[in-house]
Order: sequence, then structure tokens, then C-alpha cells
Amino acid sequence: MTSPPELQAAVETRSANKVFSKGKPNQVVALDDINITVRSGGFVSLIGPSGCGKSTLLRLMAGLVPPTSGEVLLNGKPADMARRDREYGMAFQRASLFEWRTVAKNIELPLELLGWSKSQRAERSQEMLDLVQLGDFADHFPNQLSGGMQQRVAIGRALAFKPPILLMDEPFGALDEMTREHMQNELLRIWGDTHTTIVFVTHSIPEAVFLSQRVLVMSPRPGRIVADIPVELGERSFDTREDPEFFSKVTEVREALRAIEEAQ
Amino acid sequence: MITDRLRAAAPPIVVGGVGLVLWEGSLRLFNPKGFVLPPPSEILGKLTEDWETVLTASQATGYIVVTGLIGGVILGIFAAMLVSQFRVINETLTPLAVAVNAIPIVALAPIFNYWLGLTSPHSNQAVVVLLVFFPVFVNTTRGLTDVAQGQLDLMASYAAGRWETLRRVRIPNALPYLFTSLRIAAALAVIGAIVAEYFGGRQDALGPVIVQSAGLARYAAAWAAVLAGTLMGMGLYLLVVVLERRLVPWRAQPDLM
Repeated sequence: MTSPPELQAAVETRSANKVFSKGKPNQVVALDDINITVRSGGFVSLIGPSGCGKSTLLRLMAGLVPPTSGEVLLNGKPADMARRDREYGMAFQRASLFEWRTVAKNIELPLELLGWSKSQRAERSQEMLDLVQLGDFADHFPNQLSGGMQQRVAIGRALAFKPPILLMDEPFGALDEMTREHMQNELLRIWGDTHTTIVFVTHSIPEAVFLSQRVLVMSPRPGRIVADIPVELGERSFDTREDPEFFSKVTEVREALRAIEEAQ
Repeated sequence: MITDRLRAAAPPIVVGGVGLVLWEGSLRLFNPKGFVLPPPSEILGKLTEDWETVLTASQATGYIVVTGLIGGVILGIFAAMLVSQFRVINETLTPLAVAVNAIPIVALAPIFNYWLGLTSPHSNQAVVVLLVFFPVFVNTTRGLTDVAQGQLDLMASYAAGRWETLRRVRIPNALPYLFTSLRIAAALAVIGAIVAEYFGGRQDALGPVIVQSAGLARYAAAWAAVLAGTLMGMGLYLLVVVLERRLVPWRAQPDLM
């Protein structure tokens, strides 16, 4: 039934549609015939103007909302089943930390729900805190941390049970430019260390180009994938952001987005 | 740490002290008919003189306040849990609770006396329970339902069920709201108990002592009983603040408000 991991897509949508208020006067086609395949270990960004359905698509992948028709598969399982099997971790624009839990306890929450013992949890949360370089902040409460640090905790929490897939919805959207670039470097380092498949929603063109191996450009009303742009920049470094190849990719994505605007 | 506390405590103590001195001084200096507003020294003297009466009265009222407060809080939390978990109950119970709140509850005291017995503590307790119920119910419901969508999505992504979400997200989220309502409820309980006692219940409680003393023009005694009620309200308020600091350590706490 299941194919070998290297052949199996980590995330796959087959003719996925999402219609809100179907059959009512205020019906909205949020997503129209979405076909995406993300191979295991890949890093794919979804970019598009606001209202293009990119967040909805991510929620579909997370099994938080069902598709109206079509299929959404994670590691070969329907998204809802994948959710129950904890196939993915998730991070949002707002860190969404639980303010009554310390940093370490926030990271341990998904492990508690999985029934891990206290010592296993403590060990893993320390490991995750080291990964996101917040080892000294285990006993702080979230409101004692900066926005960037909170977001790092959220990423550590998303990775705590080492899910094969990470779904991220504009996780750096609320951060200032400096912190943002730093977090992008961190995320790539973590991605390299953990071989997690990442689907990343953003509205920043340079961010999408810098991070991903592929950028999927979406158009609004109805939400469609209108361009699939591969990005081959090799190992990212500080210099990547100043590389002419980087700029030409940024231009390519920008033009795809402008084409949407002109078509509307 | 201790000097910090002293520094925080100094201004209200100084202002309060100056107020008392002005009160005492102006009454002695201008010497109006002393029975309208007795000077603090007289009230304090009466308090020590009638110590046993005031203590008995405070115990009787304290019993009503504490039991009524506990009852109202439990009822409020229970109703909030039901309302936040079941839409049907929400649509039924919330309008009813709002309607009950619109009733001037203290005005029901004589009716409760008729129902539950003129000298029984239950009628007084009922007034306190009803008074306390509403703020606790409203605030706790708010806290249980006002949860960030991201946090709910996250729990859904962990495949956490309703009970897990209630226990790990909604209840801790509601704690600060609950404590805000308890601060209000602490004062309401004392007011409710004393006013209810005007109409019935034990005759040696603070309410009757105030009414009887004032009726006999023993104003210092009435004020001594009022002072006891004030101290009770302050004590309960401080207890709530201390409990809040213990149970809601993630909030940077302002001192008293």
C-alpha cells in the first residue's frame, strides 16, 4: 500500500477545492483545483496576495478544515488522519504560546498529549531549546521574551515530537527585518539538521526565494497555483542575499505576482 | 524587597493617617453636635468597649459572607463551564442569567426571608450567592471562550479533544478573568450580607447591630460595626490578591488593582 519513503510525496494535493458557504449567495471559491506535490525533505513556499487562499491551503494540509472536493495527503494519509497521527508540526504568524506555561512547558505540551513521561519530556524540551538556542530560558514565561525569541520557542514546540513535516503560516511576518533574516538563517540550519519537509506560507518575496527550493505563486479569487518556480541557489549563506542569481529569482517571482495583478 | 514594600505602603498610610487626624481635629476644634459623625477616637473606643458584641456580629456576618461567596463562586464557575461547552445551554442560560442580574437582588431579601425563614441564615446566604454569581459567571465565561484562534488551532493540530482543550487551554486562560471577578465579588459579598441582615437572619449580626445602634442614636457603635464590615471586605480582597499571585504567576501583577 505505501510506497518507499523516497518515492512518496510528503505533501500532496489532488484537485483540491475549497468552497466556503457553498450554495449560498455569499459563496466563495477559496481554492480551485490545487495540485501540489512536495517531496520528502523539500522546502516549498506558498506566496500570493492576501486573500489568495494560501493560509486556507495550509489549514487544509493540516487537516484543520476538510477540502470541499479532491484529496489532501500527508505521507500518503488523508490530512485528517495525518493530524491524528501527528505527522506534522505547525507554527503561525503569532507565536501562539500558552502564556501560563513556561518556555520549557510550552515545548512539552504536545509531548504531554502524546503521553510521554516527565523525564522524556524534560530531556526533549532541553534538546529543542538548544536547537533554537534558548537553552537558558527554559523557566521564563513567554511574556518575558522578545517576539523573535517567542517565535523560536514556537518553532521548537512544532518540532518537539520530531514530526516529518512542518507547516508554517507566515511565522516571521510580525518580526522586524533584522530578526527576520536571523530567523530565516536559523530555520535553514534547523531544516538542514532535521531533514523535515517544510511548507512555508509567506507574503515576502525575498523570504520565499531565500528559504525555498520551490516557490508556488498563488492568485486570488479563486485561489489557484499560477506559477511553480524552482530556486537553485545551493547552500544559503550571508552572501546569497547579495547574489545576482538571488535577485533574478526575486524578479521572476515578483513578475509572476504582477501578472496576477494585471490579470485581475 | 522589604524597603520596596515599605515605599509602596508609605503614601496610603500617610494620606490615611493625615485624613484621620483632620477628621478627629476638625471635630474637636469646631465641636459640632458629635452624634452626626463621631471622631475616630470615639469609634475606636467603642470598638474596644463593645469588643465582644462586634466580634460576635462579625462572626455571624462573616459566616454569611464566606459561605455565600463560596456558593456563588462555585455556581458561577459551574454555569460558565456549561455555557462555554454547550451552545444550547449558552443560548438558554445566558439570557436567563442576564435577566436575573437585572433584578435588584438586595430587594429580594424580604422575600427570601418569607421563603427561607426570617431568622434563618439561608435567606441572607441566598442574597450573597446571587450577588456573587453574576460577575463570576460573566468573567469566567469570557475567559473560557476568549481563547486565541491560534491556540485552538494548535490544540486541534495535536488532535487534542474537547476535555484536553478545556483543561489545558480554556481553564488556565480563564484564571485571570476569574480573579478579576473575585475582587469585585469580595466587596459585593460583604455589602450583600449586611444589607440582607437589615431585613432578617441572626439578630446579633453586623446588619442588625448597625440598624439598632443607629436607631438608639449610638452612632459610635454603628460606626464600629461598619468598620468591622470594612475590615472584612479588605481582608477578603487581600486574600484574593494573594491567591492570584500564587495561582497566576505568569502575569506581571500590579499591586492591588
